[in-house]
Amino acid sequence: MAEVTLRNVGKRYDDVVAVSNINLDIPNHEFVVLVGPSGCGKSTTLRMIAGLEEISDGEISIGGEVVNDLPPKDRDIAMVFQNYALYPHMTVAENMSFGLKLRKFPKTEIKQRVDNAARILDITELLGRRPKQLSGGQRQRVAMGRAIVRNPKVFLFDEPLSNLDAKLRVQMRTEIKRVHQKVKTTTVYVTHDQVEAMTLADRVVVMNNGKIEQIGTPNDLYHHPKTRFVASFIGSPGMNLIPAKLESNGSGLNIRLSEKLSFHIPESRAARYRAHTGKDVLFGLRPEHLTETRGSENGVGQEFPVTLDVVEPMGMETMVFFKVDGTEVCGRVEPTAAKKSGEEMQLRANLDHMHLIDPATNVVL
Amino acid sequence: MSTAAIAVPTTKRIGVGASLRRNRRWALITSYFFLILFAIFFLMPPYYMIVTALKSDAEVAHMATNPWIIANGLTLDQFKILFMQTDFLIFFKNTVIVTVCVVAITMVVSVLAAFSLGRMKFWGSSILATGIFLTYLVPDTLLFIPLFQIVKSVGLLNSYWGMVLVYPTLTVPFCTWIMIGYFQSIPKELDEAALIDGASHMQMLTKIFIPVALPGIIAAMIFAFTVSWAAFVYPMAFLYSADQQVLTVGTVTSLIRGDVYKWGMLMAGALVAAAPPLVIYAFLMDYYIAGLTAGATKG
Repeated sequence: MAEVTLRNVGKRYDDVVAVSNINLDIPNHEFVVLVGPSGCGKSTTLRMIAGLEEISDGEISIGGEVVNDLPPKDRDIAMVFQNYALYPHMTVAENMSFGLKLRKFPKTEIKQRVDNAARILDITELLGRRPKQLSGGQRQRVAMGRAIVRNPKVFLFDEPLSNLDAKLRVQMRTEIKRVHQKVKTTTVYVTHDQVEAMTLADRVVVMNNGKIEQIGTPNDLYHHPKTRFVASFIGSPGMNLIPAKLESNGSGLNIRLSEKLSFHIPESRAARYRAHTGKDVLFGLRPEHLTETRGSENGVGQEFPVTLDVVEPMGMETMVFFKVDGTEVCGRVEPTAAKKSGEEMQLRANLDHMHLIDPATNVVL
Repeated sequence: MSTAAIAVPTTKRIGVGASLRRNRRWALITSYFFLILFAIFFLMPPYYMIVTALKSDAEVAHMATNPWIIANGLTLDQFKILFMQTDFLIFFKNTVIVTVCVVAITMVVSVLAAFSLGRMKFWGSSILATGIFLTYLVPDTLLFIPLFQIVKSVGLLNSYWGMVLVYPTLTVPFCTWIMIGYFQSIPKELDEAALIDGASHMQMLTKIFIPVALPGIIAAMIFAFTVSWAAFVYPMAFLYSADQQVLTVGTVTSLIRGDVYKWGMLMAGALVAAAPPLVIYAFLMDYYIAGLTAGATKG
């Protein structure tokens, strides 16, 4: 087990910059998730840590040792791939012990390690089978087993759950978290699924266009996004972003969303935004802060009427969609409080959780 | 009203089903007709060969008998004379030596070549791969003239070891080409997983690629075996004494003297010469199909 450090790491393919200026410190035992849309450079970053891609710029170190020029086998890492990459001609036990055999471990220790990993992953009865006799979830467990037996310094996961169906994905997600809590190996995990990122990570690294947008705990990213990209990427459904204008209202501030709709900005936030008075901004508010008006568990807020476009019952809650000056906005209400589409409904906006984004720089103010 | 509404679709479904069954029956009848036709067409020469090999010289020479049946009783005389009084067994031994060596050399060269060309991307690798295939397109009837000079200069003229040298020029390009395709079909993550597990390139080849690509390797082996077992032009051009001759040319040159054709022995020789490929095909085809289905599932 070891810490992983990336210093100004970059990757170029001829003239195309895939990843640039990545700085990341991952302490021992931490579970870090790299998340972002397709092509954002997260897999490339992971593969550079693994040694499967050469590094164009910067420095990567594992356990204090610079590994830029070390081949993958000498980096003491284990990787789990999206398509499992199990050796089809070997049994589960042979798949798991392959790395140990190549490293000339004694037979008794190999058996002990394989049995131990199989017990952790609950695959003891599968040890004699071939990969093609296993289901997707079982294959994924074996791939994890192959990583665990090596007892490496770092685990690398490259979208390991993408090939599984939705139900199994949730199950395996819990499994991965459980395994990490047991073995506590430093882990770098790549996914494009922000829910996976939020649920698994100690810290999440949000990437976009080959750069890091923000690093933080899941809660930190959710409640305090630093950029427009992070605000809209994290959370499902994403944060509502509505073009608005910041107006002065005597001693206070108002945010005007349309001719008819304007909110008073709470005192706690007004001081921060005062310098931007008169500017066009993006007003951000998550769906759970646009709720029905009854009850006070949703906090205090400002009420306003809307005409519902679409109503999506989810069971535990109901998503309501409406338009503010042409922009679609989503609210999250109690199933019993929701009206039908086409009907008018009174909603409450809790502005204690609002964000303002400068549309020119896409930075959260 | 409601009965009619239900009755209509039911009748329709039966109609569709019946026509599907009729279609299928016709397709099967047509398939069987042509399959049987082709089977008869292709089995006729081997049948003629077996029947002739089991006849006495007298019966073969007798113009009045039906050539398709054995009228005067079975005899193994043709085989006895072939084995005892001709150089047939020497030809057979030479062919086995040449074929085993050629298959071994071909597999070593083309597995290594295919692995490097198909998997280890390097500058010019795709041009080289195409170039190797192009060499296969040059026919051996053209190549034997320059090859004659080469074989002569290394002192292997009129030696079956010369065949071990020249047959790979026919087998290596095609086998390499087949195996590049097989190696490229193996998911990239498999070598990356092996690299991370600590395998060297050679270990990756021997422990992962060869077992996974076994169907392709066997297909290539069958090809190399067939080419070297049945080659005719090169031994015809490069070998001239009986103790160095191989089956294809040896049988023909020793059993046809001027205009005297020893038909019975020629057929017996052809039958014995055809036996090893038949046995090997029958054995490897099963293995080949089993391997094919095992490799088809992505790990």
